[in-house]
Amino acid sequence: MSFFEMHDPAGSVRDCYAEVQRWIDDTGVAGLHRRLEEAEAIFRRIGITFAVYGEGGDPERLIPFDLLPRIFSRMEWQRLDQGIRQRAQALNAFLYDVYHRGEILRAGLIPQELVYQNEAFRPEMIGFDPPGRVYSHIVGIDIVRTGPDRFEVLEDNCRTPSGVSYMLENREIMTRMFPDLFSRGKVTPVDNYPAQLLRTLKEVAPPACSGDPVVVLLTPGSLNSAYYEHSYLADLMGIELVEPVDLFVEDGRVWKKTTAGPKAVDVIYRRIDDDYLDPLAFRPDSLLGVPGLFHAYRSGGVTLCSAPGAGIADDKAIYVYVPEMIRFYLGEEPILANIPTWQCGTKDGLAYVLEHLGELVAKEVHGSGGYGMLIGPKSTAAEIAAYADRIRANPSGFIAQPTLDLSTVPTLGEAGVVRRHADFRPYCLVGKRMRLVAGGLTRVALTEGSLVVNSSQGGGVKDTWVLRD
Amino acid sequence: MELAVRHQTTYRYATPANQVSLLLRLHPGQLDCQQIRSWEVTVNGTPVTEFPLNAFGDGEGFYHRRGAFSEMEIVATGTVATQERHGIVSGFLQEAPLPIFLRQTQLTQPEAAIRALARSLTESEPIPRLHALSARVREAITYETGITTAATSAAEALALGRGVCQDHTHLFVSAARSLGIPARYVSGYLLADEAGHALRETHAWAEAWVDGLGWIGFDATNGLCVTELYVRLCSGLDAHDAAPVRGSVYGTTEIGIQADVMISLAAPSGSQQVQQQQ
Repeated sequence: MSFFEMHDPAGSVRDCYAEVQRWIDDTGVAGLHRRLEEAEAIFRRIGITFAVYGEGGDPERLIPFDLLPRIFSRMEWQRLDQGIRQRAQALNAFLYDVYHRGEILRAGLIPQELVYQNEAFRPEMIGFDPPGRVYSHIVGIDIVRTGPDRFEVLEDNCRTPSGVSYMLENREIMTRMFPDLFSRGKVTPVDNYPAQLLRTLKEVAPPACSGDPVVVLLTPGSLNSAYYEHSYLADLMGIELVEPVDLFVEDGRVWKKTTAGPKAVDVIYRRIDDDYLDPLAFRPDSLLGVPGLFHAYRSGGVTLCSAPGAGIADDKAIYVYVPEMIRFYLGEEPILANIPTWQCGTKDGLAYVLEHLGELVAKEVHGSGGYGMLIGPKSTAAEIAAYADRIRANPSGFIAQPTLDLSTVPTLGEAGVVRRHADFRPYCLVGKRMRLVAGGLTRVALTEGSLVVNSSQGGGVKDTWVLRD
Repeated sequence: MELAVRHQTTYRYATPANQVSLLLRLHPGQLDCQQIRSWEVTVNGTPVTEFPLNAFGDGEGFYHRRGAFSEMEIVATGTVATQERHGIVSGFLQEAPLPIFLRQTQLTQPEAAIRALARSLTESEPIPRLHALSARVREAITYETGITTAATSAAEALALGRGVCQDHTHLFVSAARSLGIPARYVSGYLLADEAGHALRETHAWAEAWVDGLGWIGFDATNGLCVTELYVRLCSGLDAHDAAPVRGSVYGTTEIGIQADVMISLAAPSGSQQVQQQQ
């Protein structure tokens, strides 16, 4: 049976959940449902209606919120914290390496064609030193728990991981509605995230910057599914939210158009894909983007966060090698485990996967959002056979992993507390130094037994607490 | 040999443009086979001075102006000394990892016919094999202007059987890559084509990597390796990637681009001057 995070193996409530258990008992199920309705009314009023992680679906949809927090003890968090920082550091070291000498490839630890022939690798970045040698300034690492002492990394997100606004909003609403739960100061705050993000972004100001760096958040616009998060974060950081049309490049620098004349911009926190950054450098058919932006970046006039080409580090085909990166660059053993992964692109991998497809979770290498995946144990023989045909047609487009025994977290059901599977995404900030707010986003599969936490597939979100003692 | 070049590109706009951005790869590199004696790039008379090297080792300049322009006139002009090096192109200050040049793009996708053409080569030694490929490409696509466009892929050009230097080069790099040979697209100037006619536009050819020798330039259009008659501007994975000029304009649409290249022997004292005719 899956590990239920609220209980110890003997079935008693774990210390870190003791206070929440008391609160649940005192409030009662009917009381909790009443409060949940209030919370939902507030969310609707604020208007948080974007899909997590750009999953698509109806952008006006409200993501279900679950009232019961997911809790990590201080000891648990210490290990997570070290593991997350270790991984974020190794991923950035890998990015610097592959855009310079490629030592890890020369050492034969990662096949070079997997990097150099990968669409996510941007040849334009070769030989360039981004400020502080940082490529991925916000590393979102998706983690699942598979036992009392076991955390495993599902995937890394090195480009522009989204969802952090849920972490902030979920906490804000919980604090507002249940001030007593937080009054003793046992829960580590997360509301310093925007200030830390801004500090991180200012630390990577380009050589051309003089004085206090001017930071902007670049959004594709209000039609983007994460626009709410873009405007929310810009607002909390006190920086301007801009669209490509608001910027132009001149004399090697980036300028923002204002009614008082052009204003120089030093750092751009961009929530736009590489392809749409600069029509002169990347997609010529794109009408989006700021012409010359990449040229200004390479010549030190502006910093782009994340760096173009950072996506090579979070590619699903590269994921397998992250433990090797940690050993190679840091000389350490990985603190967080990787999930064993079979690559259908290899002969042995393909044979194993086709033989065991009924027991495995198979995914498209370039897929995301829980679409196009097969959960073997939950599929019919016909579904498995059809998926096997897809794999055979394009083996290198697929990977497979064992079905994980994901932990469950307490969730508010109709008749009381129920157990639902969850995952976790913390956001590690990388500037001149690393910063990690004690918390993150917990996504929960609201359907009983479901392992898919994506909001497009019936998932919800909940507050995540890291206790101080 | 000293070659004098004047390369002019003129964009005309339907109504005056209020913002123009240009990415210029109009600065020939300093290489073992070519040395820059003098070179200047101007846009509407204003010199563009900064040409930092991009990832492929080619100079890359950027020009931006706001205002009202009904046309943009880009002029690259100067003198380059060239050497005959049997097609070997070396001396790059910056080199990208070779496997990058095995990447196919939309314009070079090796469809069945291209792979078949590549596989039909019987030569096993690398240089004869690449010469055979060059000859095969030239047979497969008869030189004819006005049939293909800048958006024509290697596979489309092969199916049409007619095209220009861009199509020859796309087919060459596509087939070479499908055989596991790193290859890239090169834009530049050629003093004259095989028949001795002056070219009034930029030329395109391919470079293929041969272990032990390095990059070798193959001009499939003329069935030759590059010689001292060639001036190399820039390279990329395909014609788009290696475009000498890329532009972005706001507030209007382009109504025409006109390119004009004049290349001639520079006149060192006592040598014969060949002035290309209009």
